[in-house]
Amino acid sequence: MLSFIARNSIQKVITLFFVSVISFLVIHLAPGEPSQVDPLNPKFTPEMVERFRQQFHLDQPLTIQYAYFYRDLFTGKTVSWKDNQPVLKKVWERFKNSLWLFVVGTLLTWTLSFPIGIRSAIFRGGPYDRSATFFSYLLISIPGFFFAYVLIIIVVTTLHVPVIDMETFGLGSPPWYRWVMDRIWHLLLPSLLGATGGIAVLSRYVRSQMMEVESQDYVRTARAKGVPEEQVHYKHALRNALLPFVTMFGLILPGLIGGSVIIESIFAWPGMGRMAYEAILARDYPIVLTVNFISAVLVLVGTFISDVLYMVVDPRIRL
Amino acid sequence: MIKAYSENYFQKTGIEKPLAPRESRWREGWSLLKRNRLAFVGLVIFLFFFLTALAGLFLTSGTKPVFDPAVVRLEEKLRPPLSHAKLEILSSDRVPRLGLYLFGTDELGRDVFSRMMQGAWVSLTVGFVAVGIAVLIGILLGGISGYYGQNSIRTDQIFLGVILLVGGSLVVMGITSLGIILLVIGGLLLIFLRWLKKRPVKGLSNAWTRLLSIRAISIDTFIMRFVDIMLCFPSFFLILTVVALLPASIYNIMIVIGLTSWMGTTRFVRAEFLSLRDQDFVTAARALGVSDRRIIFRHMIPNAIAPVLVSATISIATAILTEAGLSFLGLGVPPPHATWGNILSDGKNFIFDAPWLTFIPGVAILIVVLSFNLFGEGLRDILNPRLRERS
Repeated sequence: MLSFIARNSIQKVITLFFVSVISFLVIHLAPGEPSQVDPLNPKFTPEMVERFRQQFHLDQPLTIQYAYFYRDLFTGKTVSWKDNQPVLKKVWERFKNSLWLFVVGTLLTWTLSFPIGIRSAIFRGGPYDRSATFFSYLLISIPGFFFAYVLIIIVVTTLHVPVIDMETFGLGSPPWYRWVMDRIWHLLLPSLLGATGGIAVLSRYVRSQMMEVESQDYVRTARAKGVPEEQVHYKHALRNALLPFVTMFGLILPGLIGGSVIIESIFAWPGMGRMAYEAILARDYPIVLTVNFISAVLVLVGTFISDVLYMVVDPRIRL
Repeated sequence: MIKAYSENYFQKTGIEKPLAPRESRWREGWSLLKRNRLAFVGLVIFLFFFLTALAGLFLTSGTKPVFDPAVVRLEEKLRPPLSHAKLEILSSDRVPRLGLYLFGTDELGRDVFSRMMQGAWVSLTVGFVAVGIAVLIGILLGGISGYYGQNSIRTDQIFLGVILLVGGSLVVMGITSLGIILLVIGGLLLIFLRWLKKRPVKGLSNAWTRLLSIRAISIDTFIMRFVDIMLCFPSFFLILTVVALLPASIYNIMIVIGLTSWMGTTRFVRAEFLSLRDQDFVTAARALGVSDRRIIFRHMIPNAIAPVLVSATISIATAILTEAGLSFLGLGVPPPHATWGNILSDGKNFIFDAPWLTFIPGVAILIVVLSFNLFGEGLRDILNPRLRERS
């Protein structure tokens, strides 16, 4: 176990190094330069551009730039090229906003998909199972941005609640219960949209896992010796079917950043995805690289946690 | 004579004569497909979509297209679907075909039906070309790492690869002279190493040659670590970055989506190859002296292709969604050309006055993506040998 952890962490650090190199190269080798992002702006005289390039080491060779960038990142001194704010502070503020969406979305995904999947597996082939299957395909296939507008129309026209942004504009400082209600309404749609794909995929996975376990011999034995049906499903089958999902706790970590760009833009939610998107458009490389680096770290930590969890839960696994 | 003998043999011994399967694999698959209603519907929709896209390509391009997606009629903005064109105010060359707007018009009075027809081709090609690139890379890398994975890369090969790679990227970056020099050095080194292998020179010190031929890393490890690295990038974010930095064009989008989605296929193919390698029929083929190329292409790939096909069908759906998402963010195909994503993205500003501008492209994307997903899942069932035997 210890040797596994040691070996694995060394491997992950090497992977992380290559990720940092590749992302740095992708961004800096792409055509165009950040100093030329607005060539028509009269404020950008050649001297200004030159000063800009010097200030951010853009006149140095790539290797030096790489060293400068990651030194700054680890000492927390990286600044955004647009407004000279420290990147880590900006990321942290946006991260707190994204965390709301992530937590509510994850809760929705995990609490909804398990009952749906288990019920589908128990009544397989029935009308419930078939409609659940169809709806999960529908939810996987629907483009998020289209679904977002459909939901916005429905909610806004029938319930008359504002849903865009994090809180109603001009709310001021209301009593706490109004603030909570307001926040819930604003959270509901974006987190639901973020969860739809997850619910569809996860419930299918729960279903197939459950069906696989239920077809095994020991479940038949349990039935044969007269264990009540209820107990067969929930005590014998479900417990074993849940095993692979433990590992998924690790794999949801990267979801903190990726995949929410479109939804955050539609709902004007000031989260990480939108910040990254705006930074890409403005060629604000420090932010892009930092977000990329953090998400790579999250992916690696997530897979590591899931490997370790799997070993803890399932004694048959030896890594 | 042999035939007569074998007839005789079967009659005498009473062993049942071996028969070819009554149905070929294709016909069996077809009958299974017809029984799987959802998958069948998926296939039908896909064929319909394919024909529409093809028709759209021919009917909306050229100098005088049948359905012109570019005609601007400012006096006819935001007309609802199925409304007739006002013939009295339009000059004759701006009247839409059939004299009516099947899907209405947008905020510039352009015919949405023509624009949808034009956009269908974009969705189709993006899906197929991107997934084609991804599958090709996946089969290549997965095949190499599954079949030749145990072989290892020597230090001199790494050295050579780095020189050629740096030279190539310098040329691409525009530092041509240095790049070409490096490429030439790399080429000379390649020839020199070849020559060295054929007849070892006595004069060279032994330590150097030994240093150059250390087995540093196995091919399998190398490729799989590369897959791990690629999986660390959040895919949509990576696509977004690259597309935003490159000049906007449909080909860039196809290539970028393809280059960022081959990892799954690689892992599939590698796993299949690893398990097929040790099976008896491959060992038998190798014992018969069949060449590596023939083993790979005639024996292993046909057996490994089924899960790849399934995942490819489903990734076409994902690629279409990704392209629509990029168009929606305004990073897709440049504006005058219509895609389903940018019709929706333009239409969202009029969502209450002209809901058809949002719903028609949205539902179209939904149906096409759904058909690919359903067909892919059906294909999985059809290619699954366990289900095949049961029927």
